Amino acid sequence: MNWLIEIGKAAALCVVVFTFIAISVMVMVYAERKLSAWMQARIGPRHVGPQGLLQLIADTVKLLQKENIVPRQADYLVFSTAPLIVAVAALLDYVVIPLGKVGDTVLIVRDINIGVLYFAAMASLTVIGILTGGWASNNKYSLLGGLRSAAQMVSYEIPLGLSIICVAMLASTLSTVGIVEAQRGRWFIFQAFPFGFFAFVVFIIASTAETNRVPFDLPEAESELIAGYQSEYTGMRFSLFQLGEYGELFGMSAMAVVMFLGGWSGPRPVPPLLWFFIKTYALVFVMIWVRWTYPRFRIDQLLNLSWKFLLPVGLVNILGIGAWLILLR
Amino acid sequence: MLLDWLYVAVFAIVGLVLAGLPLVIVWLLAPRIDYPQKRSTYESGVVPFGQAWAQFNIRYYIFGLVFVVFDVEVIYLYPWAVVFKDLGAFAFVEMVIFLTILMVGLAYAWRKGALEWV
Repeated sequence: MNWLIEIGKAAALCVVVFTFIAISVMVMVYAERKLSAWMQARIGPRHVGPQGLLQLIADTVKLLQKENIVPRQADYLVFSTAPLIVAVAALLDYVVIPLGKVGDTVLIVRDINIGVLYFAAMASLTVIGILTGGWASNNKYSLLGGLRSAAQMVSYEIPLGLSIICVAMLASTLSTVGIVEAQRGRWFIFQAFPFGFFAFVVFIIASTAETNRVPFDLPEAESELIAGYQSEYTGMRFSLFQLGEYGELFGMSAMAVVMFLGGWSGPRPVPPLLWFFIKTYALVFVMIWVRWTYPRFRIDQLLNLSWKFLLPVGLVNILGIGAWLILLR
Repeated sequence: MLLDWLYVAVFAIVGLVLAGLPLVIVWLLAPRIDYPQKRSTYESGVVPFGQAWAQFNIRYYIFGLVFVVFDVEVIYLYPWAVVFKDLGAFAFVEMVIFLTILMVGLAYAWRKGALEWV
């Protein structure tokens, strides 16, 4: 009987989290369009609703009426499951993200004791969706996009893991709530200077690459691969990919806030929940800013950055933090 | 402990249903008009040439091998990192030796040209 209640609770929470992701994706897509317009001295969406605020709702209604086209040569089953995998992988990230604290209860779905490791695992599930989607389309551009995505994920997974280990060393725990509590005195980005800061930079670079955003958007690369693995997807399946991608963007930014920027903690008058969202959206803004500022990497430059720069830096960083913990504490 | 993973499992299943819901709405609302050109593969506007499922050269399989080595290493580092503060200097020296061996391996792969995109 107890189990059934727990299952019901989990299902209800899942609906809440999914709705939250859908809304925050809409906010982020709108922000991205408005900010890119602003950076390029354009106006951006403005006709639907005040300042174009209802544009995304209009887009969703439009996409719901679009036909789902499956190419004749595609593998039907794999083709139609790929977007679901990407969306669910993004959803599973949110199980361990603590959003804030009301009284003594932490707003988190489950405080899993290996939280950050679980997060890294779920975040890298996305590549399975992208690779199968690219392959099942039976389109040369999509296949190239999927393969590039696999190469990229494989390369940036390791720097990401190395910077997570830096945090685990400082916090002595892998639970996300424990990590935030351990930063009560000082955020990890300022601890063990400069190694905490280096770990943060490595994490941000690697997470940009993991979410396939510019300057690491080689799997999509409109100008050479025509949206890569998404080429053959129409209507709602296409927007499921978008949902996964933007959901992942928010998840990665939230994780960076949890691990390096003190999570929900902040000066008193502002409630913790609001602090968390201010910090996360500030990081999302940085990601959007980067996207509309830098040109795309070439594939060899991308792999060089990971293997010949971030990996050695990450390894040295771990040793630096270890030495700092032993000598100065 | 086990309850955590029950939540994860429920999230995966309910998440699949929720993500599939819009597809059901599309199935109810969207038009279905079919003609041969519509369901052909996109290839910059020309008639597709052959299939994409041909033999292709995965150039980065060496990256894949190096990845396996380093990913396993990262997994070994996790438990060490969590208890690091309790173990102190001895564990640090041990890990320096472990990481040095790995760095020599990385330097070897680098020198041999395994990290070059050809």
